[in-house]
Amino acid sequence: MVSPNRQPFAPNRILIICHEEGGRIVAELNLVEAVNAAMREEMERDSRVMILGEDVGRAGGVFRATEGLQKLFGEDRVVDTPLSESGIVGTAIGLAAFGMRPIAEIQFMGFIYPAFDQIISHAGRMRNRTRGRFSVPLVVRTPYGGGIHAPEHHSESTEAIFAHTPGIKVVIPSNPYDAKGLLIAAIRDPDPVIFLEPARIYRSIKGEVPEGDYTVPIGKATVAREGESVTLIAWGAMLHVALEAIEALTDEGIDVELIDLRTISPLDSDTIIESVKKTGRVVVVHEAPKTCGLGAEIIALINEKAFLNLSAPPGRVTGFDTIIPLPKGEHLYLPTPERIISAVRQVMEY
Amino acid sequence: MPNIFDEYHPLTGKIFRILDENGVLHEEHAPKFSLEELRGFYRWIIFSRVADQKALNLQRQGRMGTYAPVLGQEGIQIGAASAMQPQDWLFPSYRELAASMIRGLPLANIYLYWMGNEEGSRIPEGVNIFPISVPVGTHPLHAVGAAWASKLRREKIVVVCFFGDGATSEGDFHEALNFAGVFKTPNVFICQNNQYAISVPFSRQSSSPTIAQKAIAYGFDGIRVDGNDIFASYVASKAAIDKARSGGGPTFIEAVTFRLGAHTTADDPRRYRTDAEVEEWRKREPLVRFEKYLREKRIIDDGFAAQVKSEAERAVEETVTQVEAVPSHTPNDVFAYMFSEMPQNLKEQLALLNESLSVKREILFGDTMRHGVPE
Repeated sequence: MVSPNRQPFAPNRILIICHEEGGRIVAELNLVEAVNAAMREEMERDSRVMILGEDVGRAGGVFRATEGLQKLFGEDRVVDTPLSESGIVGTAIGLAAFGMRPIAEIQFMGFIYPAFDQIISHAGRMRNRTRGRFSVPLVVRTPYGGGIHAPEHHSESTEAIFAHTPGIKVVIPSNPYDAKGLLIAAIRDPDPVIFLEPARIYRSIKGEVPEGDYTVPIGKATVAREGESVTLIAWGAMLHVALEAIEALTDEGIDVELIDLRTISPLDSDTIIESVKKTGRVVVVHEAPKTCGLGAEIIALINEKAFLNLSAPPGRVTGFDTIIPLPKGEHLYLPTPERIISAVRQVMEY
Repeated sequence: MPNIFDEYHPLTGKIFRILDENGVLHEEHAPKFSLEELRGFYRWIIFSRVADQKALNLQRQGRMGTYAPVLGQEGIQIGAASAMQPQDWLFPSYRELAASMIRGLPLANIYLYWMGNEEGSRIPEGVNIFPISVPVGTHPLHAVGAAWASKLRREKIVVVCFFGDGATSEGDFHEALNFAGVFKTPNVFICQNNQYAISVPFSRQSSSPTIAQKAIAYGFDGIRVDGNDIFASYVASKAAIDKARSGGGPTFIEAVTFRLGAHTTADDPRRYRTDAEVEEWRKREPLVRFEKYLREKRIIDDGFAAQVKSEAERAVEETVTQVEAVPSHTPNDVFAYMFSEMPQNLKEQLALLNESLSVKREILFGDTMRHGVPE
């Protein structure tokens, strides 16, 4: 049922289709709108929540993730900062340690590296360094991943670097519902969370998102599709590439179980291991480079905990240990449904 | 009263000094301290020196880890810390023993830290000090964030941040001052220009004639202060702190001083500087001129000085006994503070560590142990 008098999401836009479900308004949103809704609702609920970053205020963010928020909450809470990634994250650490709940936006993951020192040297260490006297309840949001035909440095997928960093959590949603619920959970989390938003599916994937308060727990994977023959593990935009592959594999009679990790650090090993024990076969998909990618860690974990349940060596479909090419070559680098299909067949035929 | 930030604008090349190296007080900007306050400063400088020397001795005896001595830099630290109000916050780097103790940090915390126990950075509630920050130049950003939070909440808290001349070559230093200027945060940045970043002299950090003048580029006041002069350090810090509290934004203080000791106990300064240079600075160090002034004004005498020294020695000895009784880490201490709630992977790793520690060495090494293989 459309509610004509309310525009609960993105107040300055009218594209939202809403209906009510169990007394709650549910809207059809894309991922970037869901991210916007999470921040808006948390800023309404908690006056300590603030956003800082480049072009997040007047412009509403280069992907429009913060659109309309400065108008609603003012320049003190939605802050256009100098062009200064380490400055953004470093001051956010101070703000967080002193009672604020900052959300720092880094415009693209390819520009997060100047801030990496602050993340690895301070954000992830403050609680341990001070035996809990100071903590850093900080969210660093950044769009990541390829497939958006962008210039150099705009297609990075280096999530494994952050998963390797102690003291921080790393979250990657694959759909609008999870994006809102995970981001709310991240904002409320007492520890630093790196929130990676797959730019490729910012607008291409829509889904039902309830208005108001709900969280998706950090540290919990979900089984996106149940199956018996083989476990596919993916996250972010790759989940949708995996789904395309699954369509074809299902026609071949291969019943794929698909795990959406949602949090890559800490890993939900229970969900992974339970699934692999059931299927005995596994393929991990990520667009990041292969060597020391998260796939390596996941497969090591499976070897430690479910080695004797395996019927075939685990497979990996990944980006390569090269620089992700510019748009003319991007399609050669990013995992495709075809590559996933062939990897799954190989694991099935072993 | 003339504004010292105009009078001592960095481009004038002047250095703000009230008590010169001969112990002569220049009245114009001299603060009015009570006799008790002056004796208090004297107590702090002695306490700092006794505690500093004890740390060096303990290190040589293998009872303390690597330690970064403060000797020679007490002037700016005592002056600035004394100019702060109780609600203000201190952000040290790693050589701020004197400033930290004045702001209420127990010496036990400092010793524990350098002995290698994170318990040292468990700052007691009510003590407004951020923990020691080892990566040079990275913590001024935290100080700006903290001051920014204070400003957003209209709390009137000023955040004072210490760092060295080496830090001013780091990118984060620039980003911190830039943010502070843009958001007019209530910060006071105190650069202790002690002339060397480990072995590299300031002339190799920057071709800028002063560090203070960098403030101009960020749009706020900078001043060059004789950091070995407690009085000038106090007056400049007080003016900067008052200005920050009243909404006037940040100030940058370059405190010109000299590290009389080594960078840390792992450093040998004779490799990069001459004894003659050190002796030249020793004449200008903070205690010599201050003690001369106090004695000439008959504010302290031999009896007082001896009493202060023995009190400091007793307090420091008590602290050593106290911290040496603090137990080393348990496995749980290694894992317990990574997150507010321990995630599954850390629980598993902690269990693994506990299990490995519970296995008797004899079982692991079998006969080799009995054949006298050294541990």
